[in-house]
Amino acid sequence: MSTSAKAPSRYPDTHRAALESEAIEIIREGIAVAARPVMLHSIGKDSCVLLHLARKAFWPAPPPMPLLHVDTTWKFRDMIAFRDRMAAETEVRLIVHTNREGVDAGITPFTHGSDHYTQVMKTVALRQALDAGRYDMILVGARRDEEKSRAKERIFSLRNARHKWDPKAQRPELWHLYNTRLKDGESLRISPLSNWSEADVWRYIAAEAIPIVPLYRAAERPVVERDGQLIMVDDDRIPLAPGEVPTRCRVRFRTLGCYPLTAAVESDADTLDAIIAETLATDHSEREGRLIDHDSEASMERKKREGYF
Amino acid sequence: MATTLRFVLCGSVDDGKSTLIGRILYDCRQVFTDQMQRVEEDSHRYGTQGGAPDLALLMDGLQDERRQGITIDVAYRGFRTPRRRFIVADAPGHEQYTRNMATGASTADAAVVMVDARKGILPQTARHTRIVAMFGVRHIVLAVNKMDLVAWDRGTFESIDAAYRTVAEEVGLAQVASFPVSALTGDNVTRRCAHTPWYREPGLLAHLEGLETEPPAARQPFRMPVQYVNRPNPDFRGYCGRIVAGDVLPGDRVRVTPAGTAAEVESIVVWQGTRDSATRGDSVTLTLKPDVAVSRGDVIVAAQDPLEAADQYRARLLWMGDEPLTVGRPYRLKLHTHEAGATVTRIRHRVDVEDGSELAATQLELNDLGVINLATNRPIPFAPFDESRELGGFILIDRATNATVGAGTITYSLMRAANVKWQDFDITGEVRADLKGQRARCLWLTGLSASGKSTVANLLERHLVSEGRHTYLLDGDNVRHGLNRDLGFTEADRVENIRRVAEVARLMVDAGLIVIVSFISPFQSERDFARSLFDKDEFMEIFVDASVETCARRDPKGLYTKAKRGEIRNFTGVDSPYERPERPDLRLDTEKLSPEECVELVIERLV
Ligand SMILES: Nc1nc2c(ncn2[C@@H]2O[C@H](COP(=O)(O)OP(=O)(O)OP(=O)(O)O)[C@@H](O)[C@H]2O)c(=O)[nH]1
Ligand SMILES: [Mg+2]
Repeated sequence: MSTSAKAPSRYPDTHRAALESEAIEIIREGIAVAARPVMLHSIGKDSCVLLHLARKAFWPAPPPMPLLHVDTTWKFRDMIAFRDRMAAETEVRLIVHTNREGVDAGITPFTHGSDHYTQVMKTVALRQALDAGRYDMILVGARRDEEKSRAKERIFSLRNARHKWDPKAQRPELWHLYNTRLKDGESLRISPLSNWSEADVWRYIAAEAIPIVPLYRAAERPVVERDGQLIMVDDDRIPLAPGEVPTRCRVRFRTLGCYPLTAAVESDADTLDAIIAETLATDHSEREGRLIDHDSEASMERKKREGYF
Repeated sequence: MATTLRFVLCGSVDDGKSTLIGRILYDCRQVFTDQMQRVEEDSHRYGTQGGAPDLALLMDGLQDERRQGITIDVAYRGFRTPRRRFIVADAPGHEQYTRNMATGASTADAAVVMVDARKGILPQTARHTRIVAMFGVRHIVLAVNKMDLVAWDRGTFESIDAAYRTVAEEVGLAQVASFPVSALTGDNVTRRCAHTPWYREPGLLAHLEGLETEPPAARQPFRMPVQYVNRPNPDFRGYCGRIVAGDVLPGDRVRVTPAGTAAEVESIVVWQGTRDSATRGDSVTLTLKPDVAVSRGDVIVAAQDPLEAADQYRARLLWMGDEPLTVGRPYRLKLHTHEAGATVTRIRHRVDVEDGSELAATQLELNDLGVINLATNRPIPFAPFDESRELGGFILIDRATNATVGAGTITYSLMRAANVKWQDFDITGEVRADLKGQRARCLWLTGLSASGKSTVANLLERHLVSEGRHTYLLDGDNVRHGLNRDLGFTEADRVENIRRVAEVARLMVDAGLIVIVSFISPFQSERDFARSLFDKDEFMEIFVDASVETCARRDPKGLYTKAKRGEIRNFTGVDSPYERPERPDLRLDTEKLSPEECVELVIERLV
């Protein structure tokens, strides 16, 4: 089945205003009761929207929590540059954490397979950083439309002392009343963007002129094809087969992560309007570009049970 | 363009809820190609339609759900048609997961109740209908599903429709729109059905597209619960919250409830500026003039329309705890942004989910619905749930496990605490304590029978008195024979016993005394309740610790021997549990320390 005939219809701004007000309410609710709050920041579009909303929620004060970025050392160079510029220009404190043991053990996405690599450099790294900060309220930019197990997750989602999610023991979540009671070591992952769609995020970025990493816009970039996916040659750590030469293609990214694990899509959309139009017309999900989701059936759910973001 | 419609799919297990929403998504072209490929692959493995795409798999996203072919937890999915945006909550039908269904129902504007045409109305159908009615969902859509399996028989549809209307009317749901459908094929859902010439209405989806959710409400008075106080510097103090009713302009006269303080709205602060007005649904920050005291949990309201505050209510309750609800047991209550201690003082009745009759009950079990009297430990501003979901819906949280165990809706207040205003006495507890040259305290000794509580308590009081302190000792004997003479040893009575002792201790502390309480008090939730009555430094939980074996060996009154012989029932440590304090302020190990050493440790902490 194809969905390419979807008509981009005009919805009133009340929809955007309602999403914004709801997200701000959720952010404030988490922060109001937090002893040690933090906001996870992946440098992606959702994280940028979340940060923007936090600044709105607490204006004229700066957001009362630090940002935490888990750096796998394999992010796109443009992402890191964007992150450092943002940290320099804004009033929020940025904490960057890398799993040094993983780096020392030589774990890379090329040598160890995406599953093991993700486990060590993302899941374990995140756990290390969260343990070090002993955070109780953890704001994240997750959306329910991203993936089928996320559609099942509460807005305030309980994690045990080992950061594990138990999908069979979620707390009921009535109205806008969030139970934020925690025992030692437990934490809550709070998703203010739960009810947003990918298109909502893009429309909001356009309406609020939120800066985003340039990789989201189409440009000519060097890519190679791997298993039918376009992988950008972001630096020379990517092993090329003998005789393999990167080709230059007009591509952009719908989602950003580690460059060896994030596929580009061919596109001409280099303005926000064009990106929104493309988002509304596409017949593939955003997650298709994430290589880690395909590894096994229900892989996201399993990763989340283990504490993955 | 109509507003986003939030609706919940409910009904009994296997009636076709997930299939229906899968069908709608598919027909509205809201399924991405790669998602559909995955469904097709999964259908061979888990599908219930002989390898044909099982559209329920679009919604049943958890591994266990796919394996078992049922929905366990609610899934939320946004989608849109050319006419409207929707957020659907696909609820589980299985009784075991009723609390997850309630989660989905609580935020819904409309409910689609599914019934399997072959089975008719089941107890779960009725239970779900009662829950959506209790939660104020006014638009009910009955989908008589699997009509393909009963050859689209008109009589079957009409008799289920009639039976359902009886249930709906009884719970006060006047508006029900019914559809004979097949979720599997989409007939009468997204398209007209060729087999039902006798049914001429447009399909179920078209009906949802046209639903008016918010009747143009008469102007409501302004209400905003305060979530957060924003004080970046001494010059700015803003009150953050989301407006739940009415609108607000700078210059409006407001009142801060429950205190009742009057002020004027100085400005409506938003990102990088201010606004001229704000209305229901907006998240804003208000500054007030003069800058009166406001904290989280207060509600800022229009001055001319004050909001009631109460500490006793009549309410409906859906019990979601694995342990039954016990009258008198302290819980935590959350109502808008307000948290307080609460107890259910009476279960007026339990509701029979099938026929709605009122049954006498001393407990509410998992998934029971009931009507209760509720008391909070301080007055809270509220509105009846019928007037405001935001100011009248509450949850109860178990103090020991932190689980969300109850969902309630306030019907009305039983006593107008707002009218029985607390006297502002000139003489405070602090003044009384000062006069005695001491700081008033509650020293709460908990531990097994024969652990040494009484010995330590006696010695401690003697020591304090010898230093010129004013004290009082509350223990089982002097309380059981008088104040609590009417109480036995059932769980409910033991809870009430501790509640009274804690309240008496509080009054005595307010009188300026150092109160020593010596009670087994085996449950953490009771001790937490006692703690909640006092200021932070006033209360000390002291764990008098000795193992059951040691205590049984000491057995000064021969009680352990009797309990072991079964002559005494519910004896703590023998056939009734003792929950060791999780975080006592002080632990006295009476197996190692002498009573004198124990007293010394307490005194050290007091100075
Ligand atoms: N023939 C026929 N089968 C249907 C129809 N609707 C659903 N089914 C089948 O009924 C079974 C249960 O469907 P589900 O959609 O999983 O039921 P559910 O109401 O979501 O169940 P729970 O969420 O577990 O309460 C599946 O095998 C469906 O394929 C229908 O209209 N006709
Ligand atoms: Mg289902």
